[in-house]
Amino acid sequence: MVKTVKVQALDLNVRYGTHEVLKALSLEVYGNEILSIIGPSNSGKTTFLRCLNRFNDMYASFHFKGTLTVNGVNIYSDIDVEKLRKKVGMVFALPTVLPMTVLENVAYGLRRHGIKDKNKIAEAVERSLQAAYLWDEVKDRLGEHGMKLSGGQQQRLCLARTLAVDPEIILYDEPCSALDPISTAKIEEAMVRFKEKYTQILVTNNTKQAARVADRTAFFLMGQLVEVDDTRKLFTSPSDRRTDDYISGRFG
Amino acid sequence: MIKNPYFRERIAFTLLFIATAIVVLPVICILFFIVKEGWHAISWEFLSQMPRKGMREGGIFPAIVGTLYLVFGTLVFALPLGILSAIYLSEYAKDNFLTRMVKLAIINLAGVPSVVYGLFGLGIFVVFLKFGSSLLAGSMTLAIMVLPIIITTTREALDSVPQSFRQVSYSLGVSKWDTIRHVVLPHALPGILTGMILAVSRAAGETAPILFTVAAFYLPRLPKSIFDQAMALPYHLYVISTQVPNIKLEVRYGTALVLLMIVLSLNLIAIIVRAHFRKKRKW
Repeated sequence: MVKTVKVQALDLNVRYGTHEVLKALSLEVYGNEILSIIGPSNSGKTTFLRCLNRFNDMYASFHFKGTLTVNGVNIYSDIDVEKLRKKVGMVFALPTVLPMTVLENVAYGLRRHGIKDKNKIAEAVERSLQAAYLWDEVKDRLGEHGMKLSGGQQQRLCLARTLAVDPEIILYDEPCSALDPISTAKIEEAMVRFKEKYTQILVTNNTKQAARVADRTAFFLMGQLVEVDDTRKLFTSPSDRRTDDYISGRFG
Repeated sequence: MIKNPYFRERIAFTLLFIATAIVVLPVICILFFIVKEGWHAISWEFLSQMPRKGMREGGIFPAIVGTLYLVFGTLVFALPLGILSAIYLSEYAKDNFLTRMVKLAIINLAGVPSVVYGLFGLGIFVVFLKFGSSLLAGSMTLAIMVLPIIITTTREALDSVPQSFRQVSYSLGVSKWDTIRHVVLPHALPGILTGMILAVSRAAGETAPILFTVAAFYLPRLPKSIFDQAMALPYHLYVISTQVPNIKLEVRYGTALVLLMIVLSLNLIAIIVRAHFRKKRKW
């Protein structure tokens, strides 16, 4: 398979005020792969993830240096934030259902982007819920309030909501940290199937999850990329001692 | 010293209960007293007729209408202005010295005595802008008085909308303004309505701000335009209680009762609307 570079980070330096979070970080993400990012807390995983949809912009103390491109477009200079975020979706750690019905949750993004056609919306809602493995459970409950779903269902609803606006890249920020094993399995199953269509980046504290779903895995430590490699290789014979220490649980 | 934790619990509970009862008692007494004294004055004639014979007979219809006009006029000016500026302050304004000063000023505005608003309204609206003593000047003066109430409650309502809702919306590529309109405001609406309830009560009941800006001592007709003077219940109550001799006691209490009922029923409407929105967003 030919690998296309979907995301390219070149020499990223990020700080909040005087606190350096990412240091000279360079990393490529290929099209249609799942790249997982592991590392102890405060290693800059989430900060890196949030650079990709410019979610750090809202902090006044955020300073960014370096080049970050998506599809070859510099996302910090050449594109509207709103356009970028339509292309780069995000699933959060805690399932955050908007205070509206199941249907309206999934349709929310579409409506805000100006789609009014009822059939189009209904079709997109069904397709997204199907893809998130939630359709069968909620097809008779579309008019119910989203908060009435179980935690695992809520997270899949969030996933469907992200899919509905038709992104190219999906960012996951510890998506299963609040979920039970069965719901986790469903999300992971969906992720693996999404590889046909989407490029996915998964930040996780669960190294086993990274080993299960990711094609490649990157290990971050104190704002630096220690190494990135095929997942199997990284977990069986890492080239850096610190990676070995982390995945075998000797620190972190 | 009482050692038994059960008895200490009982004592604490009793004290808290007594404190609450003492708070409620005056409210009940006032209500009871006014209803008891004013009940007999209430009649269809009292509610629907012009005052006659130096306000000693007839009804209080123009004062009721004037108060309703004033409440409506106040909301027309204060609601949009208050809500929009609260949105700006909560969602857009950067946290700098100027913003903090503005917020401090708004909080202090709530502490200004109402008679000062009256004087201010007289100076600005009645004299300088040449509105004269009119519904327009009175409504604007009352609006300035209730602005801090509306701004403060609206800001609290906006701040209580979970940040995660906004983040989800942004993550889907939705702009800030659309996020505010479609996620933040609907969720904050019940809180904003609470501000409106408080504003209505305040605007309907205050005497000092309308004293120099709109209130007529006696007006045997209804106001025809926003540049007309009007009678209003609080001022009318003041007039018949202190300025006109030989008015039957029950007329005064009847007027007070009507004022109370108007405020309560306006509040009731807002509370029902609020409950409706709360039910819609339950989670």
